[in-house]
Amino acid sequence: MNLAETLRIEGGRILATLIRYTGDFHLAEDALQEATVVALERWSDDDLPPNPGGWLMTTARNKALDRLRREAKRSAKEEEAMRLLDEAPPPPDDRDDRLRLLFTCCHPAIAPVSQIALALCTICGLSTDEIARVFLVKTPTMAQRISRTKAKIADAHIAYRVPDDHELPERLEPVLVTVYAVFTAGHHAPTGRFDARVDLADEGIRLARLLTELMPDEPECWGLLALTLATHARRGGRLDESGDMVLLADQDRSRWDHAAVAEAGEILDRQQGRRLPGPFQIQAAIAGLHGIAPSYAETDWQEISELYRTLETMQPTVVVRVNRAIAEAEVHGPEAALALLDDVDSGWHYLWVARSDLQRRLGQTSEASRSLHRALAAEMNDSDRALLERRLAELSA
Amino acid sequence: MPRYAALIYAEEPSSAPTDDEWGQVMAEYAEFSEKGEAAKVILGGEALHDTSTATTVHVEGGKGGDIITTDGPFAETKEALGGFYLLEAADLDDAIKWASQIPGAWHGHIEVRPIMEFDEEK
Repeated sequence: MNLAETLRIEGGRILATLIRYTGDFHLAEDALQEATVVALERWSDDDLPPNPGGWLMTTARNKALDRLRREAKRSAKEEEAMRLLDEAPPPPDDRDDRLRLLFTCCHPAIAPVSQIALALCTICGLSTDEIARVFLVKTPTMAQRISRTKAKIADAHIAYRVPDDHELPERLEPVLVTVYAVFTAGHHAPTGRFDARVDLADEGIRLARLLTELMPDEPECWGLLALTLATHARRGGRLDESGDMVLLADQDRSRWDHAAVAEAGEILDRQQGRRLPGPFQIQAAIAGLHGIAPSYAETDWQEISELYRTLETMQPTVVVRVNRAIAEAEVHGPEAALALLDDVDSGWHYLWVARSDLQRRLGQTSEASRSLHRALAAEMNDSDRALLERRLAELSA
Repeated sequence: MPRYAALIYAEEPSSAPTDDEWGQVMAEYAEFSEKGEAAKVILGGEALHDTSTATTVHVEGGKGGDIITTDGPFAETKEALGGFYLLEAADLDDAIKWASQIPGAWHGHIEVRPIMEFDEEK
């Protein structure tokens, strides 16, 4: 494991622990950054400390202490941080620190977009540029949003803790949404190759599992876990020999992780008795139906389109409508599906990809290529762009 | 003698002030504070962090109802400032809990804004 890998795998955990000790996002980030600089000078690939993560943690802790000692005037909070840092090397408290960081990022006094942005930045170490792509905004806008959010946490004294049991249900929804955003950034990266940050998908699944341990009575926690498991189960089929992305219809289903699909199915079955369906359980059911289908054509599209219809009543978003249209095309044909997208407008490239595909199937070739051009005007990762350019070439051929 | 609240409204700078600019503003306020305190006109006062640190609290369904918190300052024009409390609370959650018990939160909104703590005050 080299420095980059150590940071990718353990950076979020180290940062979470540092924030717990210092109570200060900026100080924690600066300290980790300084420790990284020292590591860059001292480590080489064949000469690593025996416990690289522990080494970074200790060095960052010392850097934070140095910085606090240099402050001429310290606030009571900084005195407390010094006392904590001085006392003992921070024990690895993986579970609690990550959850604490997650709940702090998802505090209801923080706007929903900022909650997800901050979590992607701190827990996942995504760059501002990558996060800006996720939200389809410019990088400086996102940088300002993230720095304002950190300032609000510090200035307004948002507590760094996992809420008490009785507070958990009302704090849950943004946490679920954020963990799913973490997973999605890993399953389908915002920049570079689509699988560039596959570690984040694993992190999303891990966080979802932690949430089911924290709140075993919340069906939507299980729904999120089942959704991430069933979706990620398909990762083995998404890549061809040349490293290009393969669409669902063309994937080799023998390369899917059928054990993960089965685990997701069992989880969902156990929750069904509670009769509290929510958006994550519904999406998990859809992912599960794809997972057990022997082929694209033999997929239960009828059931999937009905599930999307139900989901749309809970989440009337462009994303849900586009997915519903794709499913309905298999049940009622491309014309009916295209009509579902008539009054939809969005810069989301998959809207235009779906429209283009339906137009192509209806023989409307020039409309189909216009839609693809529209799709290509959006920001997307390199794999999506390559795929769309191949399609455009096929259309014009 | 009648008492008055003097509420300070100003445009928020888009970027952080330089040390010089900040120093000048602080000196001007210090001058006013000294004068007002000497004349026993000023009974108290605080500087607030800017509106991006604000949280607006509303209780849906009246007393004891669901507490709705929103990021940002209170922005409606129909409701007008009707009073204020100075709260000392453990953290923002604690402050929100208290704010939600102010009757104004049941039919209106409470903007909770952190107070700036200056180094010399510690």
